[in-house]
Amino acid sequence: MTIEIIIQAIISGLLMGFIYALIAAGLSLIFGLMGIVNFAHGEHLMLSMFSSFWLWTLLGLDPIISIPITMLILAISGILTHYLLIRYILKAKMIVQICATFGLSVFLRSLAQFLWTPDFRNVANPLLEGRLEIAGIFIGQPQFYASLVCLLSFLLLYLFVNKSETGLALQATAQDRKAAETLGINSNKMFALGWALGLSCVSIAGTMMSNFFFIFPDVGVHFALFAFVAVALGGFGSIIGCLIAGIIIGLVESLGGLLIDPSYKLLYVFLIYLIVVIYRPQGLFGR
Amino acid sequence: MNNNLQNAKLEPLWHTNKFIFALIFFLVTLFFFFPFINPSNFQLHLMIMIFMYAVMAQSWNVIAGFSGQISLGHVIFFGIGGYTSSFFYVEYGITPWIGIFVGILFSSLVAIAIGIPMLRLSGHYFAIATLLIGFSFQTIFQRWDLIGAASGLWIPLNWDSPWLTLQFHESKIPYYYIFLIFFLLSYFSIWILYRSKIGFKLRAIRDDPQAAASLGIPVAKYKIIAFVISAIVMSPMGSLFAQYILVIEPERMFDIEISIIVLLIAVMGGVGNVWGPLIGTIILIPLSEYTRIFFGGTGGSVDLIIYGILIMLICIFRPSGLISFFPKKILERKKF
Repeated sequence: MTIEIIIQAIISGLLMGFIYALIAAGLSLIFGLMGIVNFAHGEHLMLSMFSSFWLWTLLGLDPIISIPITMLILAISGILTHYLLIRYILKAKMIVQICATFGLSVFLRSLAQFLWTPDFRNVANPLLEGRLEIAGIFIGQPQFYASLVCLLSFLLLYLFVNKSETGLALQATAQDRKAAETLGINSNKMFALGWALGLSCVSIAGTMMSNFFFIFPDVGVHFALFAFVAVALGGFGSIIGCLIAGIIIGLVESLGGLLIDPSYKLLYVFLIYLIVVIYRPQGLFGR
Repeated sequence: MNNNLQNAKLEPLWHTNKFIFALIFFLVTLFFFFPFINPSNFQLHLMIMIFMYAVMAQSWNVIAGFSGQISLGHVIFFGIGGYTSSFFYVEYGITPWIGIFVGILFSSLVAIAIGIPMLRLSGHYFAIATLLIGFSFQTIFQRWDLIGAASGLWIPLNWDSPWLTLQFHESKIPYYYIFLIFFLLSYFSIWILYRSKIGFKLRAIRDDPQAAASLGIPVAKYKIIAFVISAIVMSPMGSLFAQYILVIEPERMFDIEISIIVLLIAVMGGVGNVWGPLIGTIILIPLSEYTRIFFGGTGGSVDLIIYGILIMLICIFRPSGLISFFPKKILERKKF
């Protein structure tokens, strides 16, 4: 095993890490705002991949161009999710909240299976193809641009949440809903905005991934698992924690796969999760 | 709550509502005489599935409803039970009747091993950890050469001694009675557990862990007890299911869908009540079996679409499950 292979693994781990980070950021945003874990997160990722696939198949729009459209679709579905489902279970017991989003995930996944069959599909001949070669290290072009776009969107999200007035209102709602309401912040609208933002993050990651990943109804399951781990690792509700945790998971996955056995990738990530939540339940950056 | 504990000691175990007793007696008689009306093979299969899922949902109910931990990977005990009994039969020719108990032993050991580190986690952390465990077990069993890796185990057919090898090729009726007996035994023991001191302590932990701890209930210990009981109830169903289909593979025995269906059934019927899972099963399992006939093959997963919608509706409108439609007077004991 040469040093080049290890560097190769580190770089591909980093690239996937940025994508995991953006997916996890969406999850973390929703959790930080209203304390609900979106167990349908992977299914939302799947929906965004399918919508970019259909935009490409039916209208000939390349995934890069269709990013705004899938963002809009997912943002609307996020707002609908809030107004039709989440609004009613905000004050319910935790078991009801988990079951409600879990029910949504079962519903979306089986609906996709029913409508589009469990076949594997992919976007053939996208604009981003081929690979880059830098000093003997190969990087797939779609992966490279996907992680670049994800990192950029992550920074934009961070700036939006921390600098803009709406973002601060979001944080105020997350900290104390009642106090925010007395200051004239409509918490219901903020929750809907949180869902729209969270699912937009997922849609960007999903659209960019549809360039190089197979698209099928179960595709979201593993990404959602990694997103849950990233959120717990970074600390529930911490957005910057997601970035670090996403990178850690990406590196563990690719290095563990290289050095030990690629078929047990999930186990390494799972071990990291167990170690972190047992010794530091609030996560690396949790409050 | 302290008051409840004292009452639990004083209260006779059999003191209950006469209506419920009559209903139970009627149902049990009906179940025992069901094969005598010459049901079709499909009807027998449907009843067997109802018994199986009723027990599995009850097992989930023990951990989620009695102690308040939500497990999303409950299928592991089903898989361990199935694999243990089949492995011992295929490899050493040991009868599945013994295999069932070995499976129970292994499942409880796994439950303890998982429970000690994980039951300290609460809420979402536990749910996510169990989800990961379910997937990890599937991955491990898919790579484990000793037990056939991804191709699974084929149980050799035996025509000579059906009761010893627990496989019946001519009729489903013996399977029906075996599942029925396991169903009755499981429900009876969980019913007793529910009214026993352990049951009261578990529900106290579910309602308020801190208050329970301050009253001297060792919270961690009782959560592990609940987890082990849950595994013990789940595991024989895996063994029996393996004998029922005679071919097992990791994809089927550790299918995440089983964890999901078990959870949906229990939540649908009502978590934290002994009869909730039964009501959920009676509604959901025929639904899925009939959609499978209607849409053919795997049913195009129409059953899961309906499950998903139903579960969301239940969460919005009836968070305590369908059991809450029954008048309280019938469910509760008359005197407390």
